[in-house]
Amino acid sequence: MNADAPLDNRREVETPEGILLHLSVAGPLPRALAWALDLLLRGILYLVLGLLFGLLGRGGMGLFLVALFLIEWFYPVLFEVRFGGRTPGKRALGLRVVHDDGTPMRWGTSVIRNLLLVVDFLPFLYAAGLASMLLSREFRRLGDLAAGTLVVHDRPAGAIPAIAPADKPRRPPVALDEEERQVLLDFAARLERLTPERARELALAAGPLVADAGDPVARLRDHAAWIAGEGR
Amino acid sequence: MNQQDFIASREAAWQRLEALLDGRDGPQAELPALYRQACHDLALARERRYGHGLIVRLEDLVLRGHQTLYRSRHDPWPAIARWLAGGLARAVRREWRFVAVSAALFYLPALFAIGLVLWQPQLVTSLLDVEIIRQMEAMYDPSRPDAVGRDPERRADSGLMMLGYYIRNNTGIGFRTFAGGIAFGLGTLFFLLYNALMLGAVAGHLSAIGFGETFWPFVLGHGALELNAIVLSGAAGLMLGHALIAPGRLRRLDALRLRARAALEILWGAALMFLLAAFIEAFWSPLAGISVTLKYAVAGLLWSLVIAYFLFAGRRHGA
Repeated sequence: MNADAPLDNRREVETPEGILLHLSVAGPLPRALAWALDLLLRGILYLVLGLLFGLLGRGGMGLFLVALFLIEWFYPVLFEVRFGGRTPGKRALGLRVVHDDGTPMRWGTSVIRNLLLVVDFLPFLYAAGLASMLLSREFRRLGDLAAGTLVVHDRPAGAIPAIAPADKPRRPPVALDEEERQVLLDFAARLERLTPERARELALAAGPLVADAGDPVARLRDHAAWIAGEGR
Repeated sequence: MNQQDFIASREAAWQRLEALLDGRDGPQAELPALYRQACHDLALARERRYGHGLIVRLEDLVLRGHQTLYRSRHDPWPAIARWLAGGLARAVRREWRFVAVSAALFYLPALFAIGLVLWQPQLVTSLLDVEIIRQMEAMYDPSRPDAVGRDPERRADSGLMMLGYYIRNNTGIGFRTFAGGIAFGLGTLFFLLYNALMLGAVAGHLSAIGFGETFWPFVLGHGALELNAIVLSGAAGLMLGHALIAPGRLRRLDALRLRARAALEILWGAALMFLLAAFIEAFWSPLAGISVTLKYAVAGLLWSLVIAYFLFAGRRHGA
């Protein structure tokens, strides 16, 4: 990683097939929100179970304590291993726990990761975990460091839409290199999400390419359609 | 090839791969080949700088394929049975140095505290809170009808309640002892010493004031499992701390990660022992109609079994 590379939360993992996977590591804030949601959910669970078991007298109390123990220590483990690395709180925030090579969670690592939550909690309210997250390159708390896991953002479904075919694809007047072609393709794909004013503002940044065009946005769209359709 | 032709020619294969990954019906045997083709397509798309919409879609496909193909899938139960039969004992023997240090850090201070309180009984107040002393005395006073081990009126459901309490309390102590190891072993050290001194002080004090006949039969039975489970948790925590302090040729993080797996194995054993101890403590130890001799005999049996298991189980060809 050279000094010119922009700061990014993407971590690259090389698979056995030789492909580089990009994982978007999640920072402390989404994780904190997910934790708060899980806390709320667990609280409700305790309440419900407490009421139910309370009806069964002292035996019920014993069962409640066992349930309390299991939920306290193993609630995240169950969800991480059986539900694709996502507790309900994480699922709501679009987060997922994976190993640092991209593979899904296993029992052993999940247990290590979650048993160390008590240390992350010290001295109060996950201060140690937060410090660890801020110091590590991939926002790992102590449990993540010991278990070799990451918390990543799930790719949102429905990403950038395909380019709509234009009326008259138009070859760019100059030869563009690959990055420039890609920029045009992305611009055309994003047009639906931009306001007309913003689209025009961006299109005008192309400078000489749109200098003689009445509608710079349409001109760039035509160029992009040509690149996608007839290409090289 | 331009982007549109590329998409047109490969779209069908990508949809087949997506269907298999979603779990819909399809020939599962095709998955590895489709996945490799998708990897190839992703590499092409990146190299040719096709639009990011396409690249992102392919990245997503490849990531899901990667996660599906490389997850571990195996039936755990035979392996668990084998582990219980001997694997755990072998693991403990392998890490015997940590177990020995943990045992020393636990039993020696405990014995020291017992001796200290027996010799100078007034020192118990400097080791324990007065309130706790009073609670312990109430629990073990042989003249009280509801003391532990004396109460014939104990109902089954209060046993269940105590079971739940013991599981939560004691296993929690074990887990915390383990987790403290990541603070370079200091947390584990603290927990071991603290619990040892507390237990020793209680034991010494109760023996000094003559409540020993209630206390020792109660504690020695499940103590065989529970005390040694604390020792094992401490050993696991010390393994973590040692990885951080003396990582050898590895980076500290890598050493920690490697040792955490081994330490967890020991901790599982400790958790199991806590569970068994909780059952014994909740249902056997408080039984009122049993003679003291029988309780001591059972305690002796349990201690021998635990020691024999860890010394002899799973030995084959010098393991």
